Amino acid sequence: MTPDGAPPLREAAHNRRRLLMERSRPGREGVTLPASDAPPQPMPDAAMLRDGLELPEVTEGEVVRYFTHLSQLNFSVDTNFYPLGSCTMKYNPKVNEAVAALPGFALAHPAQPERQVQGALEALFRLQTFLQEVSGLPAVSLAPLAGAQGELAGVLTLRAALEARGEGRRRKMLIPDTAHGTNPASAAMAGFQVVHVPSDSGGDIDLGAVRAEADGDIAGVMFTQPTTLGLFDRNALEMCRVVHEAGGLVYADGANMNALLGRAKLGQMGFDVVHMNLHKTFSTPHGGGGPGAGPICVSAELAPFLPGPVAVRRDDGSYGSETPARSIGRVGGAQGNFGVLIRALSYITLLGADGMLDVSGNAVLNANYLLAKLRPLYDLPFDRPVMHEVVFSARKRPGATALDVSKRLLDHGFHAPTMYFPLVVPEALMIEPTETESKETLDAFVEALHRIDAEAAADESFLHGAPYDAPVSRLDEARAARRPELRWREPEA
Amino acid sequence: MSVPEDRRYSKEHEWALAEPDGLILVGITDVAQHELGDVVYVELPAIGERVAQHAKMGEIESVKAVSELFSPLSGEVADVNADLKDNPELVNESPYENGWIIRVKPDDVSELGALLDAPAYAALTE
Amino acid sequence: MSGAPFTSPFIPNTGDDRAAMLAAVGAASVEDLFADIPEAFRHPGLGLPAPTPEMGLRAEMEALAQRNFHAGEHPIFLGAGVYRHFCPAVVAPLVTRGEFLTSYTPYQPEVSQGTLQGTFEFQTLTAQLFGMEVSNAGMYDGATSLAEAVLMACRVTKRARAAVLDTVNPNYLAVIRAYAQPHGIEVYETDPAAPQLLPETACLVSQYPNFFGCFEDSQAFADLAHEQGALCVMSCDPTALALFRPPGDFGADIATGEGQALGVPPSFGGPYVGIFTCRQEHVRQLPGRIAGRTVDAEGRVGYVLTLQPREQHIRRERATSNICTSTALVALWAAVYLALMGKHGLRRVAELCWQKSHYAASRIADLPGYSLPLTGTFFQEFVVSCPAPPSEIGAALERAGIIGGLDVSDRFPNGMLLCVTETNTRAEIDRLVDALAEAAR
Repeated sequence: MTPDGAPPLREAAHNRRRLLMERSRPGREGVTLPASDAPPQPMPDAAMLRDGLELPEVTEGEVVRYFTHLSQLNFSVDTNFYPLGSCTMKYNPKVNEAVAALPGFALAHPAQPERQVQGALEALFRLQTFLQEVSGLPAVSLAPLAGAQGELAGVLTLRAALEARGEGRRRKMLIPDTAHGTNPASAAMAGFQVVHVPSDSGGDIDLGAVRAEADGDIAGVMFTQPTTLGLFDRNALEMCRVVHEAGGLVYADGANMNALLGRAKLGQMGFDVVHMNLHKTFSTPHGGGGPGAGPICVSAELAPFLPGPVAVRRDDGSYGSETPARSIGRVGGAQGNFGVLIRALSYITLLGADGMLDVSGNAVLNANYLLAKLRPLYDLPFDRPVMHEVVFSARKRPGATALDVSKRLLDHGFHAPTMYFPLVVPEALMIEPTETESKETLDAFVEALHRIDAEAAADESFLHGAPYDAPVSRLDEARAARRPELRWREPEA
Repeated sequence: MSVPEDRRYSKEHEWALAEPDGLILVGITDVAQHELGDVVYVELPAIGERVAQHAKMGEIESVKAVSELFSPLSGEVADVNADLKDNPELVNESPYENGWIIRVKPDDVSELGALLDAPAYAALTE
Repeated sequence: MSGAPFTSPFIPNTGDDRAAMLAAVGAASVEDLFADIPEAFRHPGLGLPAPTPEMGLRAEMEALAQRNFHAGEHPIFLGAGVYRHFCPAVVAPLVTRGEFLTSYTPYQPEVSQGTLQGTFEFQTLTAQLFGMEVSNAGMYDGATSLAEAVLMACRVTKRARAAVLDTVNPNYLAVIRAYAQPHGIEVYETDPAAPQLLPETACLVSQYPNFFGCFEDSQAFADLAHEQGALCVMSCDPTALALFRPPGDFGADIATGEGQALGVPPSFGGPYVGIFTCRQEHVRQLPGRIAGRTVDAEGRVGYVLTLQPREQHIRRERATSNICTSTALVALWAAVYLALMGKHGLRRVAELCWQKSHYAASRIADLPGYSLPLTGTFFQEFVVSCPAPPSEIGAALERAGIIGGLDVSDRFPNGMLLCVTETNTRAEIDRLVDALAEAAR
């Protein structure tokens, strides 16, 4: 307690985080609305109306202060180095926001007739052309609303192509043990049976295992290139050949496309479908968990099955929106996440071809620099140059598990790497610096990890209590899951 | 880790204990609960449902993992531990007593003989 | 061109930095780092335009944007699932603060409390608005929410058929079909006037109000579903729920909605947020992220992502859905909008929509050649039978500087689905009426 008997400061901090319903006071308003300017109309039958609506009563000023305070409890790319592996947390240019907010884009309605939205359709068509060029594949659908939905749409397209070949019975989808969880989940949602394939001792896919599964039941393989180990898989070419020879098709998860911009085109290396995460590679902000966009690029054989709508340029130079002839159908209610697509178009236009090479070159250089600098601290499961990210194992020091190191990094003002993924590396720390970080930032990050290691060496239990300086300490996740409180409820009297 | 002598064990880390009324009490072992970490949810079979030896009978979730539960013997589910719904932590706190999972009316009690005894299970989990 | 080499404003490494870093790495050049890419495929050439500086970019994008005939410059009477509503100026600057905009999914809860608590607010406010027990953190959009609801109903009931009323948004039905087909789920349509459920149907899906703006007998749908052991699934317009009975009142088991209506710009189709609510008993079958309240090591209240074993990163091919990145920022937008609108404001918005749309409908019904083919109670949208094909009427409206309604002539002869919200002034409505009269001549 404070000397005058006021609540302790901790309680004051808690008060700043009171929920909207806890702040609500009858009679407060957050907005003024006009009276109807039309002649009054009879209201609906009272039996159809609801009894009371439990929403907060708060003022605009309070909403601003509350959500501003909440925002300040977040780490973000705008405030912190955010080396979250496989998430490509690069700087998100602000001009993209301004472009997406232009009234001509933000207020265009998806159901307007084509002739009223020529600008929007041309923008989509341009982005399709750019993504074709980046992927080396001739057809694109911008419809998928996020990476995982791109995966689902991609494997459904692949499945439709197999059916068109009269090979619809094929059920096996090979998935490497390093894959993101979305890959097997998407394959299962598309009706495939997931077969896991191991990596070999060099960190590449085990070709023997692929060959063993390459029979008449193989539908394809879902493969991330570069892999989640941060490596360019040297067996991928041969893997594509084996799968194609067995009658399957090859899907590329393009989550790690940042490393390949202008360096290689997946479509030229045997992949039939590639999805891209515009919220990773093409700088659209991640928003604390979306929105994203997951366009898919496909070979000519798969093009007729793409999800709609797809933007087209007609012979008269006008733009249209069409659903391909034998489309797998719709994956969203409207035209795709246009606001995200327009940000990516803006980014690619800003950087152009030269800028794309600059992105991949510096992203890969930064990752290899961290590899070189951190090698003395951690085990490196595969000792070879990496692409956009590097995966270490923090198994050397029991007082500094991947979790401990991650939590202590927060105290140093750095977001944690991705931890415990990929699953094949024990105590994995997956670090992706991106091209938008400076050498000074990387050096400070390396310095912090050295200090953390020294702390663990001095006191084996010290890191277990981290973070010490974050808005909250380690949270009781077991309690949250055992007795889920998923919304505010009126306290019982 | 404790491995009581009074019951039998499966390689999938379930235990089975014959009760005086002929029913078999089933749970997971101390080793299993320790490996899982904080148990947050147990998906139980329905009373009356059939279970088969070494076949899936439910699932058990910790904060960031999920494992299948395998029945150590065949029979009909006679009872389930309803306390686990609100207090799944009983599996961690008392895996051999209050944290039991189901009670089975066995088809053939001799199936227990095919399970491991305590020393054999302890050796398996060394 | 000046001939100056391209320098990205987003990349800090200088030539000296690169040299020092390459030395640390032990590589001679950046190109050497790509040696694992087979030489035949390396550096294939990238046929993209040259870089465009920000000034040029803005000019280029503004030129594109201006080629749209849009609601910023013209009155709009088009809805069909995407609605123009007033949004207070305060929402955008709060939600697009960099700390919200540029953070990732809250995998480290200690430094993501802002996103997590915002998500918890979204869950609270949507559950209350829908009169349902629980809500998740949001799906991609209203259509995918409904499709996921169908998949969830099949998991809960262990059945593989879904009945969808033929008055549900056709785009939503298309998404349901795309999601259901690979699971072998049979999706069939049924008539809301006399709905029939086949045996082993997992759910009856309705829309509230329906695609043509009208309310139907939702209680009868819920009762029919429950009599047959199926779930009642309702896709609801959130604005309508401020005035009309919420789905929880009818006993809906799963209720979804398009969160775009909560002040989110139409943005030619997205990003939006799908609302997904259900009964508490089905919570472990929910798809997607869920935030939960807990405490930290010192007993302070905090929030985490919870019930994670349902999700793809843990259960992988056995997950309840593959969804990962969703639309958290749009959910936050909706939460801030709901906070500001609050108990009275949102109801006022709904009343304005009712008043103005009914005024518009009554005026149009009086026009020679126009009629209202539907008689049910509608909220903010209604079908008009036009004296000429709606495409022609729409073109005439466009010439008069108005964005007209959706062509629904496949369902109603010369039918046009018009929408009037609180953003349409009486003067705009009168202009629309005059333009329709003119188009009929």
